[in-house]
Amino acid sequence: MSKFNAADYVVPKLKSLPPSGIRKFFDLVANTKGVISLGVGEPDFVTPWHIREACVHSLEKGYTMYTSNWGMPELRKGVADYLSEKYHVSYSPENQVIITVGASEAVDLALRAVVDQDDEVIIPDPCYVSYKPCAAMAGGTVVSIPTKAENDFKLTAQQLENAITAKSKVLVLCYPNNPTGAIMTKEELLQIAAVVEKHNLLVISDEIYSELTYSGQHTSFASLPGMLDRTILINGFSKSFAMTGWRVGYATGHPEIIGAMVKIHQYTILCTPVTAQMAALEALNNGMEQVYHMRDQYNQRRRLLVNRLNDMGLDCFEPKGAFYAFPSIKRTGLNSEEFCQHLLNEELVAVVPGEAFGESGKGHIRISYASSINQIEEALNRIERFVNKRYKSEVNLSAQA
Amino acid sequence: MFDNNMGGESMREKILEMLSCNSRISHDQIAVMLNMNPQDVTREIKAMEEEKIILKYSTLINWEKTKSHTVTALIDVKVTPQRGVGFDEVAERIFRYPEVRSVALMSGSYDLSVKIEGKTMKEVALFVAEKLATVEHVQSTMTHFVLKQYKQAGVVFDDKEEDRRQVITP
Repeated sequence: MSKFNAADYVVPKLKSLPPSGIRKFFDLVANTKGVISLGVGEPDFVTPWHIREACVHSLEKGYTMYTSNWGMPELRKGVADYLSEKYHVSYSPENQVIITVGASEAVDLALRAVVDQDDEVIIPDPCYVSYKPCAAMAGGTVVSIPTKAENDFKLTAQQLENAITAKSKVLVLCYPNNPTGAIMTKEELLQIAAVVEKHNLLVISDEIYSELTYSGQHTSFASLPGMLDRTILINGFSKSFAMTGWRVGYATGHPEIIGAMVKIHQYTILCTPVTAQMAALEALNNGMEQVYHMRDQYNQRRRLLVNRLNDMGLDCFEPKGAFYAFPSIKRTGLNSEEFCQHLLNEELVAVVPGEAFGESGKGHIRISYASSINQIEEALNRIERFVNKRYKSEVNLSAQA
Repeated sequence: MFDNNMGGESMREKILEMLSCNSRISHDQIAVMLNMNPQDVTREIKAMEEEKIILKYSTLINWEKTKSHTVTALIDVKVTPQRGVGFDEVAERIFRYPEVRSVALMSGSYDLSVKIEGKTMKEVALFVAEKLATVEHVQSTMTHFVLKQYKQAGVVFDDKEEDRRQVITP
């Protein structure tokens, strides 16, 4: 009888998939006491009370069953109305909207629905941690495009053009961006759209931070001329309504593609939990005022954070969306992992090393401003003390040399 | 309905909102957070002090946690309207007393809502009986003592809601 070795049963492509770069750092932070964490990628606000209350009410009313695989019709209609009014994109709630378990599921469904073995998936880097693994698990080949601080971490049409091969099929966009806070204007997106059209690409546009735009209006990629059918638009309730733990997102797009995504969804998930959908419906119907209130708060914190980072000599381009700043820490002479570890050990502040989000994140750290003003200020004081100490010791060293 | 409500608030309103949350916030920090000039912030605040828009910088205190025990009561006051004597004049006769912390004109079944603070229930009750009820044109009073304050000025006193987020998330 042969010996059972569980690892032999795990498929090779999963074994070779690196664990999330955040995981290692998470364990480190979780085991340290008294830490101020600016490493959290979710709102510090608790879901507004009226939304929580609506959920409780739905339970009392007995909403405990499956819903349509596509999601509750009222919620799909709400989503379609919202997207139409806000971003000028028109989708039929009948066959162009799917409610998913967070935007994350929508990303996975989209990639699995359109990526085949060896198809190339173009992903600007640094990026949210799940795009590349999901593309790889779908069988695709990831083509990274490094975005740079000097370009405000935007993707340029030229960069996209240079990355095109005969196998290019899908472009993944995420603006406002996690981890950099970059946004792209309509004009800049139009240039990308031209390349997309020229090379017949499909775009997966993750616009989960669309409500958190601090400069001008958010432009949805799907709203650009000719891009509606070519785009799988992904969004959700987590960031805008402070509803991360509810896990409600959605994808909209061409009926053929959304239909294909629903196939995977119906066999794997069946439907998004009805309780969470009921809460999402309340959020759409009565929650917009809170969204704008939270955005104002984030915006004030953002200005405070970026101002002080630049003052202490950590160069930080102005993030105009999401709730992250992505300063360069190169002047400290440390790489970003060292920076984060030393900062944690010496000052008990947790931030995330930029390379957790890809190669191009090297030399940067991601600081989340989804924290109270008091926490942000205290963390900044500590970071400043740390940087001064480090920078001065660097200067002394080079003076001695 | 999903209208991009940018608040429509004036800079003054935004400054006031920040000060009402934290009266100790520096003008420089207000300037950074509202993307304004520090001199402009100082000028606006000074002007609002002069215009008596800003009346006082105070502190929200949970007195129950201190040794000082004050008793607070809300009194519903009905006033008999009389020719030549408006509510304003009756209100003034009431708010002149230092025991009276606030007075407001109300819609509904009574006219003035008066908040009284004293050291003991007896002291407050006597004040109402001897001073407030005898003010000219006051028709009746109804005294409600505050037993416990749960929330004031938007702040929950014994807030059990804490940061339950994971320390690092993508």
